Amino acid sequence: MADATVPVSHEPTAEETHLRHHFANSAQQTDASTLGMWTFLITEVLFFGGMFMAYAIYRATFPDAFASTSEYMNVILGGTNTAVLICSSLTMVLAVRAAQLSSRKGLILFLILTMIFGTIFLVIKGFEYTDKWREHLVPGFNFHYAPAQFEHNAQILFFLYFCMTGMHAVHMIVGLGLLTFLIVQAQRRVFNANYFAPVEMIGLYWHFVDIVWIFLFPLLYLIGHRT
Amino acid sequence: MATLAHHSAETEIEPVDYLNVEFGWKSWLLTTDHKRIAMLYLISITLMFFVGGAAAVAFRINLLEPEGIFAPETYNRLFSMHGIVMVFFFLVPSIPATLANFFIPIMIGAKDLAFPRVNLLSWYLYVIGAAFTMYAVLRGGVDTGWTFYTPYSSTYSNSYVLAAAFGVFTAGFSSILTGLNFIVTVHKMRAPGMTWSRLPLFVWSNYATGLIQVLGTPVLAITLLLLAFERIAKVGIFDPNIGGDPILFQHLFWFYSHPAVYIMILPGMGVISEIMACFSRKRVFGYNFVAFSSMAIAVLSFVVWGHHMFLTGESMYTGIAFSILSFLVAVPSAIKVFNWTATMYKGSVSFDTPMLYAFGFIGLFTIGGLTGLFLASLATDVATHGTYFIVAHFHYVMVGGMVMAFLGGVHFWWPKMTGRMYPEAWSKFAALIIFLGFNLTFFPQFILGYLGMPRRYHAYPPEFQMLNVLSTAGASVLGIGYLIPIVYMLWSLKYGPKAGNNPWGATGLEWKIQSPPTTFNFDETPIVTEEAYNYGEAEGVHG
Amino acid sequence: MLARLLFLADLELFPPAASAQAGPIDDLYWFEVIVSAIMTVLIFAAIVLFAWKYRRRPGVEAVQIEGSTPLELTWSILPFLVMLVMFGWGAQLYFAAQQPPKDAMEIFVTGKQWMWKIQYPDGNREIDELHVPVGQPVKLTMASEDVIHSFSIPAFRIRHDVVPGHYDSVWFTPTKPGRYHLFCTEYCGNQHAGMIGWVTVMDQRAYNNWASGGGSQGTLAEQGEKLFQQFGCATCHLLDQQGRCPVLRDLYNKPVQLSDGRTVLADDAYLRESILEPNAKIVRGFEPNVMPNFRGQVSEENVIQLIGYIKSLSPQTPASQQGSQQPPVVLAPPGTPAKASPKPKPAPGR
Repeated sequence: MADATVPVSHEPTAEETHLRHHFANSAQQTDASTLGMWTFLITEVLFFGGMFMAYAIYRATFPDAFASTSEYMNVILGGTNTAVLICSSLTMVLAVRAAQLSSRKGLILFLILTMIFGTIFLVIKGFEYTDKWREHLVPGFNFHYAPAQFEHNAQILFFLYFCMTGMHAVHMIVGLGLLTFLIVQAQRRVFNANYFAPVEMIGLYWHFVDIVWIFLFPLLYLIGHRT
Repeated sequence: MATLAHHSAETEIEPVDYLNVEFGWKSWLLTTDHKRIAMLYLISITLMFFVGGAAAVAFRINLLEPEGIFAPETYNRLFSMHGIVMVFFFLVPSIPATLANFFIPIMIGAKDLAFPRVNLLSWYLYVIGAAFTMYAVLRGGVDTGWTFYTPYSSTYSNSYVLAAAFGVFTAGFSSILTGLNFIVTVHKMRAPGMTWSRLPLFVWSNYATGLIQVLGTPVLAITLLLLAFERIAKVGIFDPNIGGDPILFQHLFWFYSHPAVYIMILPGMGVISEIMACFSRKRVFGYNFVAFSSMAIAVLSFVVWGHHMFLTGESMYTGIAFSILSFLVAVPSAIKVFNWTATMYKGSVSFDTPMLYAFGFIGLFTIGGLTGLFLASLATDVATHGTYFIVAHFHYVMVGGMVMAFLGGVHFWWPKMTGRMYPEAWSKFAALIIFLGFNLTFFPQFILGYLGMPRRYHAYPPEFQMLNVLSTAGASVLGIGYLIPIVYMLWSLKYGPKAGNNPWGATGLEWKIQSPPTTFNFDETPIVTEEAYNYGEAEGVHG
Repeated sequence: MLARLLFLADLELFPPAASAQAGPIDDLYWFEVIVSAIMTVLIFAAIVLFAWKYRRRPGVEAVQIEGSTPLELTWSILPFLVMLVMFGWGAQLYFAAQQPPKDAMEIFVTGKQWMWKIQYPDGNREIDELHVPVGQPVKLTMASEDVIHSFSIPAFRIRHDVVPGHYDSVWFTPTKPGRYHLFCTEYCGNQHAGMIGWVTVMDQRAYNNWASGGGSQGTLAEQGEKLFQQFGCATCHLLDQQGRCPVLRDLYNKPVQLSDGRTVLADDAYLRESILEPNAKIVRGFEPNVMPNFRGQVSEENVIQLIGYIKSLSPQTPASQQGSQQPPVVLAPPGTPAKASPKPKPAPGR
């Protein structure tokens, strides 16, 4: 990565009121938070990576049992959720743009829209979980699987289903908390064209969580639907 | 404030520094000063070190008698607690969270780490993790060993696995945040002129450590989470009853935990580089090779985990690949040892306490590293796996290496951190006791291991008694050795002579500022114009 | 106790080498010890020499040296070459250790918290005791009932994890009669240290005597046949013509066509899986969900007996699998177990 040594002398300008004491200037501060966020996202990739690895191994071991579970996944709800999340990513980007244009109203509007999409996602996910419980598809607590030959191995997929979507949902909830924080800050006129790094960073996080879902949806819902 | 401190240093008025700038609990518990957080960490990990050490002494006592003295349940909980506490709550944070936290910003000419509040958060996460683990211990303990192997941990153990796993999980995030902070700090916070090739080797090694922390620890986190879910649901992906594979747990676990041994040793290597240069009054021999060997270790550490599974039925070819890679990772470590030794060549060597620890480190780490070759080599791994040979090997690296380096580093930088000197004679005496006690404890274990005594046995066949008694005797000496520095270090805080800004005549930005440093380290950002370890032009000792 | 402690002659510092693999592994071990010792001495000597010769003296300044690329390359490449020798040597021995000879006698081991259950092809069963004839290659097929164990005989320099869910195997050729420790070396719970036993290596005659004492319950195959009837397997698995389930005669170690197009070998692992989890692999031409899961119904020992029975239905089975190097007593065909003298060590039922 590029060298980023600090310019020797620098006069703080009026825009740099958000500059924290230990940074030389706001360029350095933004650089640092950007690198920090990307590094954090790398750790997130590895966190989910453990589960994707387990998924890959067991899917290769029990391809038929895994494919059979697609019967029990609600593609309509999953597909809707995919669309909802993609929309939320769009509104998130628009929120960042509004911040860059110093449009406080636009920023708040798009942040609220993003939160609404995020909430819709979680509600739909909640319905899906309820269905899974009703259909006895919760390993360890309530499991009974109709194709008896897959009774054992299909539990692995459902276990992974709950772990992966559950961890994803936890990240969504954290994301909603962060968005709330942004809205409060925006209300206080903290952000403007010179200072919008937090909006951008939380935006990165939000997109990351969306991308995880983009992988989860086909892997969990669609594998049995090949022709 | 900082300028004030400079002028007042000459007068009777106590200069303002990071320790006396504010007082009270709040000024510590809500601080974002990397130096104060480092001190908080230093206190916490020292406490945990003695908790883990007490467990070790207790189970060494149990092993005085072949049939054991305590109940097996007690013994199993003791060694598990020792492992979990020492690995996750002492070794992993030991140097990064204390010495590196304190000195990386200063060494690169920054006022603080890039994310001071994240730094404080990392300490709180550590404390919460430690609290959960201690809760598990107080409720009756955990008996899975620090490795948490399934299906024992997920299904069969009747101990507080969940609380302990959650404690480790939380401490893991503390470690991730420390690593992340270092990476960003080293990339973005260097002072003008502080190019990569001018970085002190301590910074290099902690940067490499940060990479491992960031890339490895999340995998441990998810693995422990999957284990916890499996324990709650009584079914899961490591459960052989539904087609799961317990070995997958080991793969995921060691994908973190093998690199983690380099999290534990790399920062120690950095400390040794600093000490060898300072007390030989020479630039470290082959600076580039030492710096890049840290990076090589960080990279290679991620491709050797399979050597923990040579005997689990992994394919022969997998075993062979991991064997050669494990030999390969030994090369950069060897490079370091040779370069440290060569650093003394034509130097001006003095025998201050940090240097004694550095000698101890090089000697013991050499033995620890070389015995690692026995375990990388497939056939001799078969003969020694799961025995005391392994125990001896990793204690030579972790205790003989890392703890020696930690103590060396603390003695080296103590005058800078506290402004006081410790008593010279006592500190040398303690270093000697620790070296002797260590060898007496762990050398017999190599012999025990090849004889076949399995690790984690609370009782053993009587013919192994003699060597076990020797080892326990050594452990008592070692325990006493570790208590001595605590006493004189605490003593020095009040009664130690004032250290001055540069008692060792060392180079490096940290020795150019006041002892103890002020809150923002530098009055104004320094401009670096020379390479690290420029001892040719450095002034002599003026302590 | 003190008197004994001081009696250093008691001290054993190197384990006995009692198997054919022990010697070669020891050779490699000593090679590594010597290399390590040389390196350690060199480094210690260099430290002591430099520290003394270049100790700080007034008026003598350190000479600043940048480093030396040729030196760096030398001390990177030379040690690595030595390590390559260790690698190649170790890998070669490991390779050999994975390939049991064809004439190996097969013994079955089941690990269970906290005991080792041993089953011989002739029907003998023991706990925490393993008897083997000197000079005879022995292949252990190992299963675990619960957690991961590790089967280790230090005197033989062998060790292998026993992982629940599948078979593991290890083999050795004992060379020295005597009694040796048998350990579990993977932590397995409270009485992990109690999961130890003895391996007795006997000369062939003594072994024959010992072996002929057992078999009160018939050979392994006979025990398996009893279970086969008891569980009602015979109603579907007809021996000679096609029933609802595949014919088991002449099945062992033959390729099997599966309904998904794959072909697998009907070895121990396949048979075990097909008993415990019949739907995992369906033979071409048969329906799934006909046979119930036997997981939880039968123990690993039962599975070994059933597999023993299925093997006995395949007369073509390579001699090795039946241990035909053994005198006929051991290999006695079903129904004719020789009962000469009572067994020295009645085993089961601890």
